[in-house]
Amino acid sequence: MDLIIARPEGLYCPIGDFYIDPWRPVDRAVITHGHSDHARTGNNHYLTAEAGKNILLKRLGHDIQLNTLKYGEVINHHGVNLSLHPAGHVLGSSQVRLEYKGEVWVASGDYKLENDGICTPFEHVRCHTFITESTFGLPIYKWQPQVNIFKDINSWWRQNAENNRTTVLFCYAFGKAQRLISGLDASIGPILVHGAVEPLNQIYREAGVYLPETQYVSALTDTSKLRQSIVIAPPSAQGTSWMKRFGDYSDGFASGWMQLRGNRRRRGIERGFIMSDHADWPDLLTAIENTRAERVFVTHGQVNVLVRYLTELGLDAQGFVTEYGDEELEEVECVNLAEATVPENTPENIDEMSTGEMSTSKINGEINI
Amino acid sequence: MKAFANLYTLLDRTTSSNVKISAMVAYFTNASPNDAAWAVYFLAGGKPRQIVTTKLLRQLVINASLLPEWLFEESYHAVGDLAETITLILPKPEVTLKDTEGLAIWIEQKLLPLRGLAPEELIPKLLNFLYQLDKESQFVCIKLITGNLRVGVSKLLVTRALGLFAGVDAKRVAQRLVGYTSITVLPNEDLYQRLIAPVTADSLDERDAGQPYPFFLAHPLQIDLEDFQIQLGEPSDWQIEWKWDGIRAQIVKRENQLWVWSRGEELVTERFPELAALSDYLPDGTVLDGEIVTYLDGKIQPFALLQQRLGRKSTNAPLLKKAPVAMIVYDLLELEGNDLRQTKQSERRVLLENLVQKCNQPQLIISETLTGESWEELAIQRTESRSLGVEGLMLKNKNANYGVGRTKDVGTWWKWKIDPYTIDAVLIYAQSGHGRRSSLYSDFTFAVWDGPIEASDRKLVPFAKAYSGLTDSEMRKVDAIVRKTTVEKFGPVRSVTPTMVFELGFEGISYSARHKSGIAVRFPRMLRWREDKPLAEADTLQSLHALLPAS
Repeated sequence: MDLIIARPEGLYCPIGDFYIDPWRPVDRAVITHGHSDHARTGNNHYLTAEAGKNILLKRLGHDIQLNTLKYGEVINHHGVNLSLHPAGHVLGSSQVRLEYKGEVWVASGDYKLENDGICTPFEHVRCHTFITESTFGLPIYKWQPQVNIFKDINSWWRQNAENNRTTVLFCYAFGKAQRLISGLDASIGPILVHGAVEPLNQIYREAGVYLPETQYVSALTDTSKLRQSIVIAPPSAQGTSWMKRFGDYSDGFASGWMQLRGNRRRRGIERGFIMSDHADWPDLLTAIENTRAERVFVTHGQVNVLVRYLTELGLDAQGFVTEYGDEELEEVECVNLAEATVPENTPENIDEMSTGEMSTSKINGEINI
Repeated sequence: MKAFANLYTLLDRTTSSNVKISAMVAYFTNASPNDAAWAVYFLAGGKPRQIVTTKLLRQLVINASLLPEWLFEESYHAVGDLAETITLILPKPEVTLKDTEGLAIWIEQKLLPLRGLAPEELIPKLLNFLYQLDKESQFVCIKLITGNLRVGVSKLLVTRALGLFAGVDAKRVAQRLVGYTSITVLPNEDLYQRLIAPVTADSLDERDAGQPYPFFLAHPLQIDLEDFQIQLGEPSDWQIEWKWDGIRAQIVKRENQLWVWSRGEELVTERFPELAALSDYLPDGTVLDGEIVTYLDGKIQPFALLQQRLGRKSTNAPLLKKAPVAMIVYDLLELEGNDLRQTKQSERRVLLENLVQKCNQPQLIISETLTGESWEELAIQRTESRSLGVEGLMLKNKNANYGVGRTKDVGTWWKWKIDPYTIDAVLIYAQSGHGRRSSLYSDFTFAVWDGPIEASDRKLVPFAKAYSGLTDSEMRKVDAIVRKTTVEKFGPVRSVTPTMVFELGFEGISYSARHKSGIAVRFPRMLRWREDKPLAEADTLQSLHALLPAS
């Protein structure tokens, strides 16, 4: 009995008649976390973790029909026991545990195992069937503990401040930005943020997370301090006129994709910091092993690779076609895809796209940045 | 190794020339001369022959990581760089030994002796070496092993850094550096000390007899014809020649011996016995600058024929007969042992004409000069370029000295090239790039139709590959379309539903038995994306054939 199947609208629980992170509007949606490829507008009812409530309201609007669950709290829906468990990805992120007649399935959403100190850490949940992401499902992806990365970032910032150069760090505005800010050494200089970042900082602070003081760039009254500052901005700000105010600045980008030298260089930034809110290769394998699941469904990322690898380990592994992406690249990729209008003289393209060709290219994890 | 790896990381991180130069100077200041000797060698593009095959490197990392081979290959496709993939995959050793040895010890005592060892001996030894290094150093070390270290510095930048460090004029360093990275010599402390030695009164004695001069390079002339007069003055102020399409080279004759150097500062004497034979006819203390071309029946042949002479170190009688070479000489840099580079172009030309006449050998041809009343008249003469098999015209100021590299301070050489051939072609295959472009589909195969537009069963025939010419944003758009329109994947290559038409430019075109289309083109690149052009209106094989020179 499959508790979750893949439907064109999203991952679906037939017995409970609800969807998990659907990408087309449905009646009932369980949302694992607030990144835009998982939490979309247009659903009639939403269910998410208590800790993620304000994020979801901020992102989807305050008029959505939203119910929340504490981590571990169980509700029964059409005979299916549903509970949410921390996924350690961002504030309020959860894994969805479903139990029906003794059969347990867990859908992970996005997750990481390292405790980042600003959201509830990942909980290993035992299950018969595990649905895992695979964003960084290649053995080339191995993260350093975040303390090392913070040390690198702070010493880079300190050096820039000594050389009288503003430091600009690009990162995704929700989750990554707060994680980075939590690790900054505020004694070096002011921490300035882009307009897309600060509202999310507030939500984290309201949730009881300590973040050092941040201020909008425009609010910096003593502009002589600008060159001692670090600026936290989303990647979309790179190359815009908004950047001009910083004069001669040193820029960096924090993302798991910075693991590859080609990506670092293509970005045209001085420094790449390898930090991700997704599990790296060893942690994906650890997470899967700790569930003791015999069946594994692999979604978005390196589906083929992870399925083959798990199969060779003796697990029953298959791929699920989803439309989840990687939030860090979402902005960039949206722009690229919007630019990519296929010339009209080939009607067959349209067919290919509507038969899920797009999602295939995503599950193969070939991401533009 | 660590110090050199740090230098590499610094150079890799920045695009600023000044930061790069100061990083190099800092390295030279702290490094032992032995280590610096090797560092200069690698920075200036030196490559020792490959020490370990990539096959063995793959085996090493697969053994050490216990990963299945397919997973390593998947990873390699994602990364696009073998050394980087190996570095990322190689597990951390349980105990890291401290890397205290310098670059020279690493190369001479550790890495070079690996060459030729049996795999069972080599792999554990090399693995042990790699485990002594941190990740940055491992990456650089593997790059050194495969002979693929590309650092983001030009030779010019290295000479500037060395010059600054040694207090010697960079041009002189450039001259001393000639031949330093030749595959036949390995660097050592003595050679390095000669690079940075203070300048002595007599400059010639610090040079080996076979040393060529640094080549003087031309700049592209990119102004409109009507502005020529204002910008360049009268045509009579210029020495005007055809721009030959061959191999730029210098012939050096000193101490009864002759050397032929290519522009890559590679010694190629053995490859061109016709030119080596000039030894008996040229006086000692002569250095000539010119272009090696294939020359048959009194005519210069297409570059494709010359290419047959390039692939091999030595040559054989049938090939010599089929593709004999000559040197079209256009400059005289040394005569009777005197450096003429500070002599005016027009005076050098007179001396050159005398010399070639006296030498009187058919394989030494003087570059013809052109004259014209006006630039318009020269523009008309330039239109003959295609039929003559040349790339356009060269304009050399008659008062100019012979400079170093792309300098402009002692006079300028302009290349006034003809427009490239162009054809509208269809993108049919895409492959992900390497290095900076490893996550993008950026290398493309292009096709033309094999029949006219009214033919119902015509197909697309591939004829050229190109990967340059697009802006970053165009590249991203094309990449996204490639992903959307993929039909099949073959390893790193995707075939796509043909939708995109590009204007390709190329420099030469010739028949080829090796290509499916029967045609080979030279230097193909994308000139622009013809988003306006319907697929059906892309060019045909017939239009390509029409560009072939009549023969």
